[in-house]
Amino acid sequence: MTPLTVPEINYGALLPLLIILGAACIAVLLEAFLPRHQRWPSQVVLSVVAIAAAGVALGVHASGTTAEDLTAVGETNAVTIAGALSVDRPAMFLWGTLLALGLASVLLIADRSVEPGGAIVASAMERAAVGGGKPVSAAPGTSEDRGYGAPDQAPTMQTEVFPLMLFALGGMMTFVAANDLLTMFIALEVLSLPLYLMCGLARRRRLLSQEAAVKYFLLGAFASAFFLYGLALIYGYSGTIRFAEISDSLATSTRSDSLLFAGLALLVVGLLFKGSVAPFHTWTPDVYQGAPTPVTAFMAACTKVAAFGGIARVLYVAFGDARWDWTPVLWVVAVISMVVGAVLGLAQTDVKRMIAYSSIAHAGFILLGAMAVTEEGVSGTLFYLLAYGFTTIAVFGVISLVRDADGEATAMSRWAGLAKRSPVLAGVMTFLLLALAGIPLTSGFTSKFAVFSAALGAGGAVLVVIALVASAVAAFFYLRLVVLMYFSEPPADGPSVVVPGAFTTVAITLGVLVTLLLGVLPTLALGWAGSGGFVG
Amino acid sequence: MLLILLLLPLVGAAVVASMAGNQRAAKLTAFAFAIVELVLTAVAWFAYSVADAEAGTRFQLELAVDWIPAFGTRFALGVDGIALVMIALTAVLVPIVLGFSWEEKLPAGRTVSGLMALILATQGLLVGVFAATDVFLFYVFFEAMLIPMYFLIGRFGGPRRQYAAVKFFLYSLLGGLIMLASVIGLFVVSGQRLGQGTFSWGELQQLAATLPESTQIWLFLGFFVAFAIKAPLVPFHTWLPDAGQQAPVGAGVLLVGVLDKVGTFGFLRYCLPLFPLASQRLAPLVLVLAVIGILYAGMVAIGQKDLKRFVPYTSIAHFGFIALGIFAFSTQAFAGSTLYMVNHGISTGLLFIVIGLLIVRGGSTLVADYGGVHKVAPLLAGTFLVAVLASLALPGTNSFVSEFLVLIGSFPREPVFTILATVGIIVAALYVLWLYQRTMQGPLRGTAVLGAAGGPGTVIDPVAAAEKGRTSFTDLGKREIAVLTPLIVLIILLGFFPGPVLDVINPSVQSTLTEVGLVDPVGATR
Repeated sequence: MTPLTVPEINYGALLPLLIILGAACIAVLLEAFLPRHQRWPSQVVLSVVAIAAAGVALGVHASGTTAEDLTAVGETNAVTIAGALSVDRPAMFLWGTLLALGLASVLLIADRSVEPGGAIVASAMERAAVGGGKPVSAAPGTSEDRGYGAPDQAPTMQTEVFPLMLFALGGMMTFVAANDLLTMFIALEVLSLPLYLMCGLARRRRLLSQEAAVKYFLLGAFASAFFLYGLALIYGYSGTIRFAEISDSLATSTRSDSLLFAGLALLVVGLLFKGSVAPFHTWTPDVYQGAPTPVTAFMAACTKVAAFGGIARVLYVAFGDARWDWTPVLWVVAVISMVVGAVLGLAQTDVKRMIAYSSIAHAGFILLGAMAVTEEGVSGTLFYLLAYGFTTIAVFGVISLVRDADGEATAMSRWAGLAKRSPVLAGVMTFLLLALAGIPLTSGFTSKFAVFSAALGAGGAVLVVIALVASAVAAFFYLRLVVLMYFSEPPADGPSVVVPGAFTTVAITLGVLVTLLLGVLPTLALGWAGSGGFVG
Repeated sequence: MLLILLLLPLVGAAVVASMAGNQRAAKLTAFAFAIVELVLTAVAWFAYSVADAEAGTRFQLELAVDWIPAFGTRFALGVDGIALVMIALTAVLVPIVLGFSWEEKLPAGRTVSGLMALILATQGLLVGVFAATDVFLFYVFFEAMLIPMYFLIGRFGGPRRQYAAVKFFLYSLLGGLIMLASVIGLFVVSGQRLGQGTFSWGELQQLAATLPESTQIWLFLGFFVAFAIKAPLVPFHTWLPDAGQQAPVGAGVLLVGVLDKVGTFGFLRYCLPLFPLASQRLAPLVLVLAVIGILYAGMVAIGQKDLKRFVPYTSIAHFGFIALGIFAFSTQAFAGSTLYMVNHGISTGLLFIVIGLLIVRGGSTLVADYGGVHKVAPLLAGTFLVAVLASLALPGTNSFVSEFLVLIGSFPREPVFTILATVGIIVAALYVLWLYQRTMQGPLRGTAVLGAAGGPGTVIDPVAAAEKGRTSFTDLGKREIAVLTPLIVLIILLGFFPGPVLDVINPSVQSTLTEVGLVDPVGATR
């Protein structure tokens, strides 16, 4: 019997992750022990400080390690804790992206000026009870459910959302750095479970919100099961769960290839579900629409980053050598996703659902980069995720500002003539939509260029042409919103645009600035994204 | 120098947009920016050395800084003779357009300063398109210039402006994205050949000779579709009549006069030198489209009931001539086509503006609502005559020189297509003269001229009408004369002395022909 040895742990590399997960635990304790009125400020401070601290720790570690350090055997190696995690350059880039997007999301979630008391609440009862008034037994979906309750009731916010968010963020960070399938699965659960809960916390339209949560949970559970089944089959084929060893076993294993392919297929289904790639996308529009908008922003931006970070790592490190077997299948998936997203997006009448379909189309574009198993493919994918994340967060930030008496006015027809009432908001939204459409001088163009040139270099000329045609189709529905905002007359009872509080303003400004910066001067970020490959 | 030419209108657009509160000051500022731009363009014109160009310097007034090293792209500007005359054309047209738009009637809630800011922004981006010597940078400007034009049509246009704006944007965007596929393809191919992908026009041109024909054809098609939509050549043209009809007249002048030339400019600058083999192989295809365009659009122009749709169709016919000259591969035809781009910008600008003045007076865009205008507004009618005759390429007008050069330059290599194209001149005579006759000559008639009293079939004695004050149709005012005079002067001047412009153009078209790898056919001397 071999003696147990303590695995080497590179604490410097893991520090950002430890900070986030530690802060999440502290946040739970705060929730338990602090009186209600102190929770919101302390939770916001804790979350912001934790994310900032993790960012600093990441910066220190990233600038202090060279490429040789990462591949050397020993304490500085990227692969650490007995091979469970690999904090290599892509992981660091994704961690940075996740932290930055997480910070913007925290700001959106914490905002209490747009929706009085914040957009997050656990139940309809809560809303009335906290003000000291009579507990209204408002069933979800009734008119009472949509209102604020009595005017003298000071609304408050469900602050559990902060620890939930931190756990999800920690899960995502683990997910993109996971170096074996089991760690990946656990990270998948850690990131998913809080998200299911967060989806159901909307203050308005609770019926939709709860439906979204249940739908997301049920389908997500299926996806997790698929992933787990795939994991088992892969283990059966290769006898290991570590990516690098799976890669080795592709050449040496004597088991049937059908084990490998079935396992890989199931595994990828689980991952594509998280990335909302069609045909595994059906949850996306409903969940985007039903979840509270700040949560949607977090989910849309960060989950995408995590999912595609994971997909790229699995495909590149573990199954790169079998690429000729899975590439054709993923080609089809990417085409379906681009076409479904672009075409069904045309028929949408709700802004949030439109962005959801747009995200499905974008998932197809990102997949183009992720499945080009080349350095350009990896760096293009990373860059795309960064750019797309910030644009999306800003888009949802803007959506949360357009409101009428019923809460957010997400029906597209309600946006008519908005440019006349608030030219700044319409201008910002137009810029973001142009970025999503991929017009030059926005990050959307640079990132599409990076991904498409990688795909073309990897022999996917046909895919690129399809992707560009899909972009043109998708541009139509972005344009429809621009047309509505600028060229139509505003309705008499049109929605008003709330003047955002500092938090939301910062989040939107950040998103817009990054979108512009990555469009005009992307060199720095492209350099980071391309500074090193996966280390398995 | 070019950077200033590029940035000045953009800065001007920002300044003017921020002055919406004071319309008069905003308009004057816009005009001042346009005039300064024109002066600076003149400086650039004289700074451009024809002798250097003849000695083989491809681009002058160059500027290049690294932009995105990861994509091998540089912020590189430079002009050859072709780009220079296009920039000059833009600089000449913009002040005129601004002067015309001074008291433009706009949809409710829109201000003239907003219109002018967008026109200036379009100008800046157009300079970028013509001056870029980096394919990536060119693409960026090519797409970016859609946005101000989209808002020009969509916010300030006619009743169906939304439809026209979206159609314009989607057509152009689709073309642009197909071109993007080729742009990326160029990058990847150059990366495979040179080790490091590049977008530098010069390097890619060097590379062009080594690419196999099949690769060239695929890449060529991507660029070709984008430019053919922009130009537009016939199967891709349906957006232009809508956009031209719905756009405010000022924007329409820029759209038809300059923006569409980006397509033909693109043929000359990108399609031919970068894909020489593919250009020659596919030339018959383009020529067929060009000749179809000349004849078909001419016929359709005859039948137009709407004045603002008439102009785009005549332009499509003219673009056919330009494309014919470009794909006939001789210096004479190249020079003719380039000169044609300039001349067409001027003569169509005049035609569009005169029609705009007519519409302002009559309040209708329909041909049938006008008649006998000459009797009440002789100056307007005279200008209209100059414009249509220039459009017809009557000797003595600028268009004659260019059309003649295109035809004799194309004949040695493509006699059949040239003869067919010549038939187009007869069609042109039909559409312009018949239009002139219907709207300007004969007795006063039509609701636009006579007001509601002049319903269909009503014919009124002009003297009696004037005496009774039954027509409020006025002749040109001072501002309008000031706007039109420079264009008329240019039409006549370039009709008799095209030399200075041709001198600038000639060395560059010579280089273009060399880059295609051909020499002038026998029988065509310059």
